[in-house]
Amino acid sequence: MALLEATGVTGGYGGADILSDLNLTLSAEEIVVIVGPNGAGKSTFMKAVFGLVTIRQGSIAFDGRDITNMKPETVVTRGVCYVPQERNVFPSMSVEENLEMGAFIRKDDWRPQMQRIYDLFPRLAERKRQPVGQMSGGERQMVAMGRALMLEPKLLLLDEPTAGLSPKFIDETFRQVKRVNEFGVGILMVEQNAKQALAIADRGYVFANGQNRFDDTGAGLLANKEIAEMFLGG
Amino acid sequence: MTDLLQLVIYGIVTGSILALGAIGVSLVFSILRFAHFAHGDLMTIGAYGGLIGVSLAGLSPLASIPIAVALAVVVALAAEYLLYRPLRTGSHTVILLISSFGLALILRSAVQLIAGPAPMVYRSGIQLPMRFGDIIIRPDHFWIIGGTIAIIIALHLFLTYTKFGKAMRAMADNMDLARISGIPAYRMIMLTWVIAAALAAVAGVFLGMDTRLHPVMGWRLLLPVFAAAILGGIGRPYGAIVGGFVIGISMEVSTMFIDPGYKHAVAFALLVLMLIVRPTGLFKGASI
Repeated sequence: MALLEATGVTGGYGGADILSDLNLTLSAEEIVVIVGPNGAGKSTFMKAVFGLVTIRQGSIAFDGRDITNMKPETVVTRGVCYVPQERNVFPSMSVEENLEMGAFIRKDDWRPQMQRIYDLFPRLAERKRQPVGQMSGGERQMVAMGRALMLEPKLLLLDEPTAGLSPKFIDETFRQVKRVNEFGVGILMVEQNAKQALAIADRGYVFANGQNRFDDTGAGLLANKEIAEMFLGG
Repeated sequence: MTDLLQLVIYGIVTGSILALGAIGVSLVFSILRFAHFAHGDLMTIGAYGGLIGVSLAGLSPLASIPIAVALAVVVALAAEYLLYRPLRTGSHTVILLISSFGLALILRSAVQLIAGPAPMVYRSGIQLPMRFGDIIIRPDHFWIIGGTIAIIIALHLFLTYTKFGKAMRAMADNMDLARISGIPAYRMIMLTWVIAAALAAVAGVFLGMDTRLHPVMGWRLLLPVFAAAILGGIGRPYGAIVGGFVIGISMEVSTMFIDPGYKHAVAFALLVLMLIVRPTGLFKGASI
């Protein structure tokens, strides 16, 4: 059964529809990457899953239950966490406090999960008390992912996690995404670095004009000459 | 030299009152993103709330603080529920600012209607001052300074070590991310009002202890309170504390050189100077 199932999703901000009749599925523990030109609705779709964009038609189900147009505060309790592309940390707060805020709605002991995140990102363990605003882009991205993982989500939504990072950090970020996935977290990721992202993906979607144009395994999309020329920059 | 020291002590007293008001203004700005013009009048409400305890129950002004706080908190929450919340959805924050200006007029008039326009005091007669060499300190001043320090420490502990205190800082830092982390925005807004109004009420009672009660007492203090909040960096509660003491001490010390009637102009001058030199304030708050 699909973990995430979007069927005929149409919607956008205010009056204008950015997404039109969009379909996407993601199985449990799968990495799915969405690529496509700017303005294709990639980030908007992700926001729609998380309840930040109004869906006018169609539906989104998560784990067999309908989450269409559910508020972000509620979606988060179902086991979906979202890392926005920008402004995805609390800059004046320390690394530890950022992670703690990620666990805000947890009533149980989240310390073991925090330890797992420190094991995953040893660099953060060294800088627990440092205000995140003083850290590098790559480190911030780790904090952002760490915050989202504090709820032990079944699905993590990553909006361009490598945007603005140096090549060294881009590789590291993709490795970390892969490792997070190995813990059993499903990942839906929008990426500009399409080739590298598809290389770690189980499946990929190509969006254009608010619709899903192609989908295949990551390797399949990479091998497809037509898609490579049109969407992956040759 | 003695004169200067004496004025600095008065400045710390004034600064304490300003700091308590400015922390509230800064907190409200950091969470709700508007300058709360009714904050001075919340202080007035607090001061007159204290008077209820003093005149009806025969309590000391300090013992009346819980009554003052309760009254100011009820007024602030009512304003949130009836005024700010309905206006918040879909309108620009300027609308909130203007409506808070309206609330300020309503509160001031209400106080005047109920308590009358004449100045009042918590207790008449002269308090025996304490002498330290040539320096004179009234017992009230000890309470004001000590009380303010205690409140600042308590607030610091709350913001640094409690779950909801941290969540308030998270809301101030990044509202959208706080929401998607599941932090309940509305409850945090209510909490912000409770804290801001409580501090304003204490500031009002302290102001009443230091001087006297008058329906425009809080309104008159609004300019220096805003100056303190902006000087410290708007939206930065710790900056507001520093700003409060800087403005308070500057205002009192200025009376050595210029007519005391221009005290408030000193606060205004510092505010203008700060906006020219460093618009984000000492602690790098939000730029407006």
